[in-house]
Amino acid sequence: MKEDNPNSKTVSPERRNFLKACALSLGAAAAGVVFYSKEPVKRQEGKIHVLKDHRVVIPGVYPKLCIVHGKDVLKMVTAAVEKLGGISKFVEKGQRVLLKPNVGWDRQPEIAANTNPEVVAAMVTLCLSAGAKEVWVTDVSINDPFRSFARSGIEPAVLKAGGKVKIPTENDFLSTDLKGEILKVWPVVSFLHQADRVINIPVLKHHSLSKCTLSMKNWYGILGAKRNRLHQEINISISDLAAAVKPTLTVMDATRVLKRNGPTGGNLADVSAENTIIAGTDEVAIDACCLKYLDLKTEDVAFLKIAEARGTGTSDWKNALRHEEFSV
Amino acid sequence: MNKLPTIRRIYSVFFFVLFLVLLFATDFRHLKGYETALFLEISPLTFFATLLSSFTVYKGIILSLFVIIPTIFLGRFFCSWVCPMGILNQWVSHIFNKRKNIDHNKINSYRSFFAFKYYLLTFLIVLAAFGSLQSGLFDPISFLTRSFTISLFPAINHSAFTMYLKQPIFSGGIIVTLIFIAVMFSNRFLTRLWCRVLCPLGALLGVISAFSPMRIRRDTKKCTDCRKCLKYCQGACDPHAALRQSECHLCMTCIEECPEGALHYGLKKQHSSEHLPLDVSRRRIIETTIATAVLFPMMRSAVNARTLDTASVIRPPGSIPEGDFLRRCIKCVECMRVCPTNVLQPALFEAGLEGLWSPVLINKIGYCEHNCVLCGHICPTGAIMPLTVEKKIKTKIGTAFYNRGRCLPWAMNIECIVCEEVCPTSPKAIWFQNTELIMRDGSIKTLKRPFIDTKHCIGCGICQNKCPVHDSPAVYVTSIGEHRSRTNQMVLKGN
Repeated sequence: MKEDNPNSKTVSPERRNFLKACALSLGAAAAGVVFYSKEPVKRQEGKIHVLKDHRVVIPGVYPKLCIVHGKDVLKMVTAAVEKLGGISKFVEKGQRVLLKPNVGWDRQPEIAANTNPEVVAAMVTLCLSAGAKEVWVTDVSINDPFRSFARSGIEPAVLKAGGKVKIPTENDFLSTDLKGEILKVWPVVSFLHQADRVINIPVLKHHSLSKCTLSMKNWYGILGAKRNRLHQEINISISDLAAAVKPTLTVMDATRVLKRNGPTGGNLADVSAENTIIAGTDEVAIDACCLKYLDLKTEDVAFLKIAEARGTGTSDWKNALRHEEFSV
Repeated sequence: MNKLPTIRRIYSVFFFVLFLVLLFATDFRHLKGYETALFLEISPLTFFATLLSSFTVYKGIILSLFVIIPTIFLGRFFCSWVCPMGILNQWVSHIFNKRKNIDHNKINSYRSFFAFKYYLLTFLIVLAAFGSLQSGLFDPISFLTRSFTISLFPAINHSAFTMYLKQPIFSGGIIVTLIFIAVMFSNRFLTRLWCRVLCPLGALLGVISAFSPMRIRRDTKKCTDCRKCLKYCQGACDPHAALRQSECHLCMTCIEECPEGALHYGLKKQHSSEHLPLDVSRRRIIETTIATAVLFPMMRSAVNARTLDTASVIRPPGSIPEGDFLRRCIKCVECMRVCPTNVLQPALFEAGLEGLWSPVLINKIGYCEHNCVLCGHICPTGAIMPLTVEKKIKTKIGTAFYNRGRCLPWAMNIECIVCEEVCPTSPKAIWFQNTELIMRDGSIKTLKRPFIDTKHCIGCGICQNKCPVHDSPAVYVTSIGEHRSRTNQMVLKGN
């Protein structure tokens, strides 16, 4: 052993201690120099994302709006999309499609507070038939998300149809610049950024403040954080969101319509069976087209006027837009 | 070769994993009708304490007979074969002491202060008989369920594996965490300190196993007094001398270690040694009983939700009246584990010292999910009664009020009514008036100003939870009007 040999050259303990002290002070000085800052906390600015444009160009021979009446949901949805040009015009092989139904509440399908699960399942089936690689279904629920997805019937219906349910956790949001009049940078569910195509599947229902919850308002469900503040300027918020999110397609569920006590509902007496699907690519037109089910007029709904003035779409769907109405 | 120690090890792993799996499955997604509260129900301490506090053996608690009756004949097998707390303590002790050069004879011998648990048991039992159930503070199953729900599972979620969508938070959770860590750490100084010194359930099992015919027996002819049997002794029951039957966990390691084959588990044989009775002094038991009996009426002078209706003590739907609630709640916090919104919180002193860690709703954290009835169905003791959804959505747990000085439409003339949007009752308990107002600049604005209809409000608290003025919400729920109380009422008619 080295230490046991008195002839070997060993560093004296004093010298060793002195060297250690030097090394320590050097280290301290280096840390001071390297980390010197005028800021109290080192902050990393997160990346601010921008939303993609998910729209596709559809030849003018096809109508922009399609109203289908009937009882068989899968047939209605298929016929509506077929009339608009067919699912292969909207979804290409190998793409990842995000469906955004309204799954805000822990309510059964019959209450009509959430999108009809059959409509969502029909869209999953259609997208898969067009060769989509994955079909994701998401929403930022207001009630407990696990309960909302399960009891709305949407989770079992989507899984059965072959889609994936993506319930956002706290880590599934990205700071996104919505570039709106009042909505600037908000946390937006990251699945929207990851998808190639986005299909909006709202439900038609009553809302006290905005008068109605339709396709444009359905984009509330991509926001995280304290979105309850949006109520203070609800009409501008809705228009900001509609301008920011550009979906490939919108399929409005008007099979059951919640006419009162919305958007939560809770009583079957408030639900009216309208057995209708309204599909199209112009959200303003679709929303305007829905008003008759809630006994509203375009003038009553402020966000339609704002969105139309901004050029998001047209509320005069009857005259300005090629549309078709039929039954299956 | 004796197989009993190996079988015991297999059982201990099985039961510990079962405990973890059942507690993990205690949520909306995995519940599916499993008996998730099984371990809480089979605790004989809960059986006796709730029997004394309210003269009932509630539903699943009858299952504890599967522990009580075998214990009478076989001995205190529960502690090292079934009890997840005992098993965990054993593992932790083993890890701490494996590499330590310690005197096994000293650390695994019985010491007189181990009898403390019998006095603690007496205190808890007498208190329960008077109508204050505190057994859950020390019941090892409640203790571990509480510690895992409040500390371990949120920690797992925080560090790696997503168990919850939102990181759960618990009021005063750090206290539960620190106590848990302290108990685990105590094993470093004395193997299974909790089990040997504190555990009232172990004490109870010790009492009921005092006359069991089956026990560890030492053949005095074969024994060479080498004391190797002490090396891994879990109960510190002195198998080398006159065995203390009430301390013995039947861990069987003494049989495994004995080089002479002098020890066996079973009936008495010809040369079997004598056994020592329960090490308690009758005088001290009487002292403890009298002290508790004196303490109890003194505790009645306390201001708590039993003696005075308290705004912040909002109990989960289905809760029985406060006096009965405190006779039934074992503070196991299963309800908080199963609650989807994290609204159920362990009370610190809101419900008085007696109600420590009992469930209260803190609507700033969550709200009572309208169609959810899980807490009542999970509660092992019936402090929260199971309700059907139809009944639950009519069960009032409190009433909402507006603080008009903070409410945006009332105080600042700003449009809002988020509370009305989220109000889940049908018809909505929150309604509004369109009001024409003159703004600062002289312009006229029509605003919706909200009101509460107390007839329809069930106190779920979603309005409070979603209020944008969220640091101190402009609409808030207090316990008044709660269904379970006859005194905590305000309106004469229509409740």
